[in-house]
Order: sequence, then structure tokens, then C-alpha cells
Amino acid sequence: MIRLFKVKEKQKELAENAKGGSPIKKQTAGELRLHKDISELNLPKSCSISFPNGKDDLMNFEVSIRPDEGYYVGGTFLFSFQVSSTYPHEAPKVKCKTKVYHPNIDLEGNVCLNILREDWKPVLNINTVIYGLYHLFTEPNYEDPLNHDAAAVLRDSPKVFESNVRRAMYGGYVGQTYFTRCM
Amino acid sequence: MADAAPPSKSRDLDKLLLRPGNLVGPTFDPGVQLRDDLQEYARVLVVGAGGLGCELLKDLALSGFKNLEVIDMDRIEVTNLNRQFLFRLEDVGKPKAEVAAKRVMERISGVNIVPHFCRIEDKDIGFYNDFNIIALGLDSIEARSYINAVACSFLEYDSDDNPREETMKPMVDGGTEGFKGHARVIVPGVTPCFECTIWLFPPQVKFPLCTLAETPRNAAHCIEYAHLIKWDEVHSGKAFDPDNPDHMKWVYEEAVKRAELFGIPGVTYSLTQGVVKNIIPAIASTNAIISAACTLETLKIASGCSKTLSNYLTYNGVEGLHTKVTEFVKDNDCLVCGPGVLIELDTTVTLKKFIDMLEEHPKLLMTKASITYHGKNLYMQAPPVLEEMTRSNLELPLYDLMDKIPKDVLHATGMVDKGNRKSSGLRKLRVVFKGIDGVTDMDMAGGA
Repeated sequence: MIRLFKVKEKQKELAENAKGGSPIKKQTAGELRLHKDISELNLPKSCSISFPNGKDDLMNFEVSIRPDEGYYVGGTFLFSFQVSSTYPHEAPKVKCKTKVYHPNIDLEGNVCLNILREDWKPVLNINTVIYGLYHLFTEPNYEDPLNHDAAAVLRDSPKVFESNVRRAMYGGYVGQTYFTRCM
Repeated sequence: MADAAPPSKSRDLDKLLLRPGNLVGPTFDPGVQLRDDLQEYARVLVVGAGGLGCELLKDLALSGFKNLEVIDMDRIEVTNLNRQFLFRLEDVGKPKAEVAAKRVMERISGVNIVPHFCRIEDKDIGFYNDFNIIALGLDSIEARSYINAVACSFLEYDSDDNPREETMKPMVDGGTEGFKGHARVIVPGVTPCFECTIWLFPPQVKFPLCTLAETPRNAAHCIEYAHLIKWDEVHSGKAFDPDNPDHMKWVYEEAVKRAELFGIPGVTYSLTQGVVKNIIPAIASTNAIISAACTLETLKIASGCSKTLSNYLTYNGVEGLHTKVTEFVKDNDCLVCGPGVLIELDTTVTLKKFIDMLEEHPKLLMTKASITYHGKNLYMQAPPVLEEMTRSNLELPLYDLMDKIPKDVLHATGMVDKGNRKSSGLRKLRVVFKGIDGVTDMDMAGGA
């Protein structure tokens, strides 16, 4: 219960020394949890991270993945991460900024990765998301396709898929779509 | 028979405030003075002027609170009118806070309501400190998290880690969804705060993108396909605005086409709005029930006329009526309302020395600590790019890095000892610089 007489005293006191409060930047619990995740990042050599808005903005960053095995070896793929203030209740929003010929990544950059949507849990963190993305390149799968053409080719003719991937990475056409070089 | 004088407007309130009882709070002092003090000195802020906010303003004004303020950043829409009863058709487009304040003041004499048509983040922290109680009628986790963080930031602890009563800013938080709702009392430092119980929220419903792209099975899948995938394909670059009716109409039409392709029934414009904006149809009676509970708790906190509910009430009117009060416990390690660990330092201590001290501190035993202060990353152990960018701070005095403020809160994350295991931990630290207050006292003594 608030003691009203104390409130009366305080209000008089406050009126006497009116203090102008300046808005101190509030750090949300989500930002703190993100700070923890970032400070514990343990990335493989094939993945690197950069902070385009400087060291104090951890909510927007980019991750660059250079697979060292599989169909995509030698290519460099850039992902943008946007973390909301309700992290980790909400998963980070990840888009692929490099145009890639991949069964689980569409031409707009949407990524079909279960832990980014239906299987996200607050116990997961940025490290697990980055490992998940890396995994997409070492083990693309045709069962959950966002790019059904690529998925069909992978399923039916893996050799053709391999050459399509290389052509796209070197810069060239696959079907009607032109892919810029990313090696 | 002579007519008795018409019943006093405060007849019902008088029953609670003018006489003693056996459920009253520990310092309850019944009498006319209490009722008048409530009117004159109690200041309550209502956050949100929507379904809950309108009801709260009415209920609080009728419960003897005469100094109210309301804050809401939205304008009135026609879909609000089934329950936000202070608004009429001709009010559509006007700011909710302003119309709500005006209408309640017209109908209830003596009450003064100051409207604020802006975002809650636009207000100074000092604005929120002016109120005795904050009543929340919000509709999102983010907004609640923000207000909770602000209210808990006023909380101070003494050197024995006990919360100081005069810094507690009570909040009463209500929420509704269809036939269900909750009302809870948050007293920072005593009850759990919003972050302490954030684990109560179930995970959000998110469909796999590939289901949307390849194998939709229901109307919601078709709608989300149009919203999340087709929109970018056709309007690449342009952000989808859920409040733009043309955008919504486009999504609806695309969803219908998709549904026809897969033979799925049930796509309607109102379902489209619901899925895209995550809306559940709102019911006036649920809002009325929850607001009433919140108002009653506000009255109890302000006057002590009864013990408050402790501390989380849930209401479910889906079938019959069920309500229960659960007593959740505060999380002592809560980053927002917890005491954190008190650390006293000299102003000469460098950041590097501070980080080393955390390893030895008996309550912490934290190695490889990364430090953040008010959103500024003072030192990051990883990744290498951030370590390089923050390395130069290690040689600077922590006092300078904290803008020479005598005491404040910062956060450290690192490896902590949990018995015989080491695992990662995030800790709140209350840093107090020695000698600063001492200097002030000496100055005053000299001048006297």
C-alpha cells in the first residue's frame, strides 16, 4: 500500500527541486540476452560476423559463410540478421543477401530453416542459428523446398544440380535466372 | 414519509474507506481524510486507451481517483467501436487518448484526465516517476516489457540487498484475448516483475516457410504465403504495412487465388486481417471484467483498504467461467528487478582491473566477462572483430566509462561456477564508487 502522507511529502519535495530527467537509453532484457549470445560466439573458420552499425548495435549484424565442403565449396554467402527487442521470445529474422541457387533458399532471400520459425525455442542462440545456416550449404535437402526447381534437380539428377550450383556461383544463368558471381 | 437525502456518490466507496475491517492492509487508516487524500494526492497513469484503457479510465474515475493521465499512440478505428465504448462513429480518426479523456471528464464530475497522444518510448523516464501507480491496458509483449523496465528502474536496494519501499513503483497489468484474460499486481522488489515470469508465454505460432511455399493445408497457410512470400516477389523492396488497407486487400486477393489453386476453403478478409496482424476478436465483457479487477487492485494499493491479490489472476470464460489467482515468486536473478550484486570501487579502477575482480568476487566467480553499460558495449570477449573494437577501453577507468556517475547498474556476461560445472551466466551488477558521496558531505559541512 502506498503511504499517502509520504506521497504528499515527496510531491512537495519534488516540486521544490524539480529535476529534469533526461531519457537514458533503456536496455531491454532482450538486448542483454543478445549481448550474452554475441560475447559467447564460437564460430567455425568458415563463418565470420560483422557489425555494420558499430560495436554498440548488436541487433543488426551480418554473417558471411564460406562453406569448405559440399556443393557450395568456395562460394561466399552473406546473411543479414535482425534481432528484435523481444529476443529470445522471438527468433532473429534472417535473410540471405546473396542470390543463390539452393533448394531451401528462394530468390528473394527467404531461408527455410526450421529453427528460424516453427522450431525456435528461447534456449537456442545466435551460435545455433549460424551453425544451422552453415548446415544448409553442406546438406541441402529437397524435402522442404522454397525453390522447387532446384529441389527437383537435386532429387532427380544430383550431377546436374552440382553443375547448376557451380554455374550460379561463377556467375551465369540457370534456366531463366541470372546469378551474380559469389566466389 | 420524508425523502432521505439522495445517496452520496461515494456511498459504495465509503463502505471500503471509512470503516475498519479484517482484510485491510497493515497501515490502513479509515476515515474521510483517506478518501479525500486519495482524490487529491493519488496520481494514476493508464497506459493504453483501447479496450482495457477505456474501461480503466471509467472505473478509476468512478472509484475516487481524480488525477488520471492516459497515454496512447493510436487513432480510433471503426473496428474499435464494439467495445471501446467512449468512442463514436464520428470520432474515427481522432487520437484515442484525447477522446477518451474528454468523454470521461464530461460524464464524471471532478475528475481530471490529461491525455498524451504519443508512444510510450517518447516520454522521459521522469514522466513515469510522477505517478503513484501505473495501470496497463497494453496489447503486446514489447510494450509491457518496456514499461516494466522503466518502473523497475526506479527500484533501489540498500546495502543489505533489501528493496527500498519508497522506490517501489506498483503496476497493475491487465490483458485480454477473446474470452480469456489476466490481471496481475506487480510491485518491483516484492512480487515477480514482467521479466521474472516471461517464461509463461507460449511459443509463437509460426508456420514453416516450405509449408507455405509448397504444401499449404489451411486458409492461414494461404494467407501467410501471400503475406510473407508472394508480397516480396511482387513488391520487392517495399515493406508490407499491415495498417494500409490497400496492402491488406492485395494480400487477401492473393490468398484467395492460392486457396483456389489448392482447393482450400475459408479465406475471408477478416481472417486475413486476423492472421496478418495476429488479432483475436475482442469481447467487451472480458475487457470489463479484467479492468474491474485491475481497478480494484489499484484502489487497494492506494488506500490499503484490503490486501491485494497475490499476484496473478487468470480468467477464462470460454465455457462457463473459471478464475484463479496464482502466487508467482520473484526471480532473484532477474536482470530487470533483481538486486544484482553490489560492487564498491575506487574511481581509479580500470575496466581491465574490474573484469579481473569479477573472477574473485565470492558472489560472482565470473571469468572472461564481457561488460555492457546502458547499451554501450564496454568490452566484448568475442567475436574477434568486437574484441578489437573494444580493447582500448580496458585501460580506461570504469568511472569515466560510466560517465562519472556515482552509482549505476551494468551487466556482465561470462563463465560462472555452478558447483563443479562452469556455464555461461549473465549478471546484473550494482556499481557504487567510493568517496564520491563523501566529498559532497564535506563540501556541505564546509559551507554551513
